[in-house]
Amino acid sequence: MTEYIPVFLFTVVALLFPVVTVGIAWLIRAGKHDPVKLEPYECGIEATTFAHDNRFSIRYYLIAVLFVVFDVETVFLYPWAVAYRKLALFGLVEMFIFLAILIVGYIYAWKRKALQWA
Amino acid sequence: MLADILAVLPETALALMGMVVLILGLAKVRNHLAVAVLTLGSLLLAGVLLSHVGRAVDPGEHFMFGMFVLDRFAIYFKALLLACSFLTVLLSIDYLMRHDARPGEYLALVMLATVGMMTMASGVHLAAIYVGLELMALSTYVLAGYFRRQVKSHEAAAKYFVLGALSSGILLYGLSLLYGATGTLELQAIAGRLAQGPPSAAALAGIGLLACGFLFKVAAVPFHMWTPDVYEGAPTPITTFMSVGPKAAAFAIFLRVFDGGLAPVAESWRPLVWGAAALTMVWGNIAALTQDNVKRMLAYSSIAHAGYALVGLVAGGDAGVQSVLLYMLVYTVTNVGAFGLVILLESRGYAGQTVQDFAGLARKQPVAAFGMLLFLLSLGGIPPTAGFMGKLYVFAAAIRSGYVWLVVIAVLMSAVSLYYYLRIVLQMYLRDGEGVEPAPMVSAVWTERALWACAVAVLLIGLWPGPFAAAAAAGLGIMPLP
Repeated sequence: MTEYIPVFLFTVVALLFPVVTVGIAWLIRAGKHDPVKLEPYECGIEATTFAHDNRFSIRYYLIAVLFVVFDVETVFLYPWAVAYRKLALFGLVEMFIFLAILIVGYIYAWKRKALQWA
Repeated sequence: MLADILAVLPETALALMGMVVLILGLAKVRNHLAVAVLTLGSLLLAGVLLSHVGRAVDPGEHFMFGMFVLDRFAIYFKALLLACSFLTVLLSIDYLMRHDARPGEYLALVMLATVGMMTMASGVHLAAIYVGLELMALSTYVLAGYFRRQVKSHEAAAKYFVLGALSSGILLYGLSLLYGATGTLELQAIAGRLAQGPPSAAALAGIGLLACGFLFKVAAVPFHMWTPDVYEGAPTPITTFMSVGPKAAAFAIFLRVFDGGLAPVAESWRPLVWGAAALTMVWGNIAALTQDNVKRMLAYSSIAHAGYALVGLVAGGDAGVQSVLLYMLVYTVTNVGAFGLVILLESRGYAGQTVQDFAGLARKQPVAAFGMLLFLLSLGGIPPTAGFMGKLYVFAAAIRSGYVWLVVIAVLMSAVSLYYYLRIVLQMYLRDGEGVEPAPMVSAVWTERALWACAVAVLLIGLWPGPFAAAAAAGLGIMPLP
């Protein structure tokens, strides 16, 4: 069980950290509210509409899905690069097959105009 | 290395052709038929490769780092799954043209789902089984929602996706617990580890969650809630596909994992599956009684049939496994036939077909009505159709293993099921001359070909079951157990 002590300590610290920081802020803050402070944080830009009645393009989802696909590709390339010497030619061929499959998907998304905004 | 590539050759070829079909579907010209024929050809090619490769490789050998086998069991299921997909494509050709839908994506997804199902049939490693399952499931979610403009299709896809993802999560949790308890994902090694002594609490929890995940995939009660809505809303050829292909593939992994890898602890999971089988038969048949929408009725009917097949799984042993293999074949040809006729009569709007649409069909379309009669009798298990033989083998196996009460429930519920099957027969044959008209038949030459093939198969298996039962018996020996 002793090897789990770091995990346990990590859990305790992770739980305590937000409680302590928010607690300290709660203790020492001034507690004065004004309209500007209550606005959603938009990096200093004034919010144009309310968040809850603002509909946005479904294309965001499409882009997000495509992003995930190519993100996973990158994630998969990293361990391959690390184990490259061990996998040798087999790994190289496998990776090219993997990339070829993704490229078919990329061409498909492109031709179906998934990447065009207008 | 070379043997590895050889063993997965049918899947590789099918996946490659799937990508070709996907890209060809992008072409501006209307090429429905060419793409569909190419798909049919690819499925045939995979079948031919399967028969050659199946003879060339050693059935006891493990390929791809112990993940993949090509034993008789796998070959039987792969042949069946390829046949399911082939029939689905036949049913889809006219349907896609009638609805003016893009064929490329659709057919490519059917092919990729088939690759996933074939991987499931061959998987002897829980990771391989899971990957195959997900490939199948993700393709089917998209296919269920293929008609984006139809609200029902949309609803079907959303429900199927959310519940399917949940069940995959449960399944994965079960797998991880089992891995934690046994330290391996290979079924043979799991069986060896479990045979050493009474299973730990973690292993039992893992087995329970695994059973829940599998019961969801075969649409057994109490994990069936998604089935009627999804089957109703999905395009009808896809409903057909979901009710036979993924179900048969799910039974393949159910058999291989539970009657194979988890066989040493059969006493711990058998009561669970016994209960699920009984509940599934009772609730599936009772709920079907009140359905007026034919697709929903057939959805509940397919739930009930999963219950009968589970009886064979509970029976276990060689006879039990053989009976499930035969039952899946029988159920496939029968159900594709019944759904095919539903497609032919689907002229009154999308997914809105009622039992009354069959009224007086026998006079207007005697051949079609007789075909439907044949498929319904087979679903009900009346000789001389295939359905009778399928049930006979399942019930005989269960009685030999001593599950008499389960068989009593099954027989009683088969009698109940005749009520709703005969409701359609009643509409077709007896509601004549009352001034009612059946829904006009759509002309669909490819669908009719598939229906003829199914009708011949239903009669052939019903009258001459020997060779088919022998083929199912040859699929035994799920894995050499330690």
